[in-house]
Amino acid sequence: MTTPITRPKRKNPVLRTRAPTLPPAARSRIALGLTAGAARGVFELQVCEECGTAQYPPREACRACLSARLRWRVQDGSGELIAETRLHHSQELYFRERMPWRVGLVRLDAGPSVVVHVHGDVPHPPARVRVTSQLDRANQAALIALPTHATPDMADDPELREMTCDPKFRKILVTDGKTAVGQALCQALASAGADLIWAGVAEPWKKMPGSEALANIPQLTQVPLDVTNERSVSELAGEIGGKVDIIINNAEYHRVASISTRPGTDAARTEMDVNYFGLLRLAQSFGPALRARGADGQSNAVAWVNILSIYALSNFPAHGTFSASKAAAHSLAQCLRAEMLKSAIRVINVFPGPIDDEWNQLIMPPKLAPAALAKSIVDALRSGVEDVYPGDVAQEWFERWRENPKALERELAL
Amino acid sequence: MRSRRKSYDDVAVAAPFTVPYVRYSTRSAHWFLGRALAGVVGAAGLRQDDIDGLCVSSFTLAPDTAVGLTQHLGVSPRWLDHIPMGGASGVVALRRAARAVQCGDADIVACLAGDTNHTDSFRLNISTFSQFAQDAVYPYGTGGPNGSFALLTDYYMRTYGARLEDFGKICVAQRANALKSPQALFKKPLTMDDYLNARPIADPLRLFDCVMPCAGAEGFLVTRRDVAENLGLAYARVLGTIERHNAFPDDPIQFRGGWALDREDLFDQAGVKPGDIDFLQAYDDYPVIEIMQIEDLGFCAKGEGPAFVRSHDLTVGGSFPLNTSGGQLSVGQAGAAGGFLGVVETIRQLTASALGASVPDATLGLVSGFGMINFDRGLCSGAAILAARTQGRPQ
Repeated sequence: MTTPITRPKRKNPVLRTRAPTLPPAARSRIALGLTAGAARGVFELQVCEECGTAQYPPREACRACLSARLRWRVQDGSGELIAETRLHHSQELYFRERMPWRVGLVRLDAGPSVVVHVHGDVPHPPARVRVTSQLDRANQAALIALPTHATPDMADDPELREMTCDPKFRKILVTDGKTAVGQALCQALASAGADLIWAGVAEPWKKMPGSEALANIPQLTQVPLDVTNERSVSELAGEIGGKVDIIINNAEYHRVASISTRPGTDAARTEMDVNYFGLLRLAQSFGPALRARGADGQSNAVAWVNILSIYALSNFPAHGTFSASKAAAHSLAQCLRAEMLKSAIRVINVFPGPIDDEWNQLIMPPKLAPAALAKSIVDALRSGVEDVYPGDVAQEWFERWRENPKALERELAL
Repeated sequence: MRSRRKSYDDVAVAAPFTVPYVRYSTRSAHWFLGRALAGVVGAAGLRQDDIDGLCVSSFTLAPDTAVGLTQHLGVSPRWLDHIPMGGASGVVALRRAARAVQCGDADIVACLAGDTNHTDSFRLNISTFSQFAQDAVYPYGTGGPNGSFALLTDYYMRTYGARLEDFGKICVAQRANALKSPQALFKKPLTMDDYLNARPIADPLRLFDCVMPCAGAEGFLVTRRDVAENLGLAYARVLGTIERHNAFPDDPIQFRGGWALDREDLFDQAGVKPGDIDFLQAYDDYPVIEIMQIEDLGFCAKGEGPAFVRSHDLTVGGSFPLNTSGGQLSVGQAGAAGGFLGVVETIRQLTASALGASVPDATLGLVSGFGMINFDRGLCSGAAILAARTQGRPQ
């Protein structure tokens, strides 16, 4: 049984913080197909379109019939652990710092044998297991064998926790914590066992419906934070930057405008100022301390979450300037992801469809409830995915976009 | 329909040479291969111009291959091969060179394998060993073959009831053999207690289950018997050889190697039976693969390897002499030269030129190779039966 983790002791400021190291990140281009699946939370194998043979490791031709038509297909991951080892030695710093480390060989029911990380609650071989594909600390797909059924505290397993960004016992900053989504996030994070929550508040005088309930969250503190103000951001970073484990950038400015429906650039500028430059300011102020703490013990700095929009993938002309600001933020988030990679900080991009708020009033349902969005973000942190498309609308748009981005552009123009 | 292969009757294998091993070296693979070529040429009383065939194996020669080595070493062979098969390289070099000299494509082939070992060489080698290893093994922390062999050993122990002591007996016996051999890097006796109490590397493997990477080189000459006799060379004869790659791909995990597919062919070529063999040089980066070779080459049935090991004395003077120079486990693994060690020692035993102890009255030796853990298993297997010059081929 997994030993549950406990609330971390106060950090001794005299001791050196361990520098982050990564598991080996090199992959062939074809193997990155596995990473693409893991980034959105699915375990896929290449399956031959002609003979149906599942393949592993990733390759360029079917091992059974030599066809080049291999397609990534979602797997249920069921299989049998047939051999295991506990590593006491490794050539890589990342693993040397985490010994012993359990590794095994699983014969998947789908056919191939796969080398996997092994969760501590999996019995000794032979044992039935469920293999999932997770992003490891290098943000590359790695397979892990889990018990067939959930076990108590299984998320606390040291190998699995290395693959996830579980909010439990972590200190989390939520920007614009008083908005409907901000409140839902704070509540969800508190329920998930966050150690501390800082709710950033840009306009303290502004009453928001329900925001008084934030006072009932014992581990929550409201802090002044205006992402459009460089000084405000850097002051808060100076105060709490060295303690933050997860940042959730929820700050958002949204006006219903296309190019021709609203004269001038004021609204569009503010959208850019909050949605794009706000992210840039936060990243410049909070990034360095976060990067330095990527391996800071059990409750290390682990994640940066950006709430973008499904409109970031393809412009929704009725909300054209908002879409453009989210597309800019998405692009910057990719830059942030690249910079955070070496420090083992995962950048999670969330692409919700229309949220059920005042600026989406005229959008037809279904719309995403703030609580549902908050839950999807907590789920993403716990499962360790990198890209999240919460809600039915986002899922549908994402599918259409993946299948044919030009078609989606036309569909949105009509 | 498979054609019946030609015999190796007119082939001679000679001039075994070892460039002394060192744990680490600042020299390059080219240096070790240069010493090896000088060694085999010198041992045969030849000049480098007399070599018209060259066959090279090395992991650390990059960016060069055998091609660059010809210019580096000043030879102009009319037959050239580069064999990237790790632990199977020695047997494969032998059988390819044999056909070359039989067919007249070359008269005298120098087969060389050597590697250097800097302090970071091993990590660099295993992290980029193969595409599958890079994509699907190395990211799991397994530190190269240690993790893979830990899994194979774990499975073998569960399935066939092998005990740690069975693997230990192999390691202890090979160390006893090595203590008589000047080339071995391990000079201290090893007891079963030492073996069992060594630090764990990857359960169930402990320190003495794992070969130690080092630098060094091995070489030998392959020619025709008439050439060898004209030169006055001591030589061994080739009775049969096999080679196989990616055998049994549908086995869920490796519990047997290609030898199980080809051993009948091997013994048919040689016209001998496993019981006729005087000693075995088995590829030994980890002892579990030696037990698999003992089984798959037909010395006992599958699963009876542990009992076979328990019932035999594996030292040079014992009932089943195994890795008579100490094997890689006690000599060290000089990269691709590890795949040549057994061939070179077999030639020495059959030409009465062992550097350490000699197997009494040895006339038939079996050398086996195994290499390249590409993903979850070793892909290359090979074996050869060699005979002393005076040993007649049984009719």
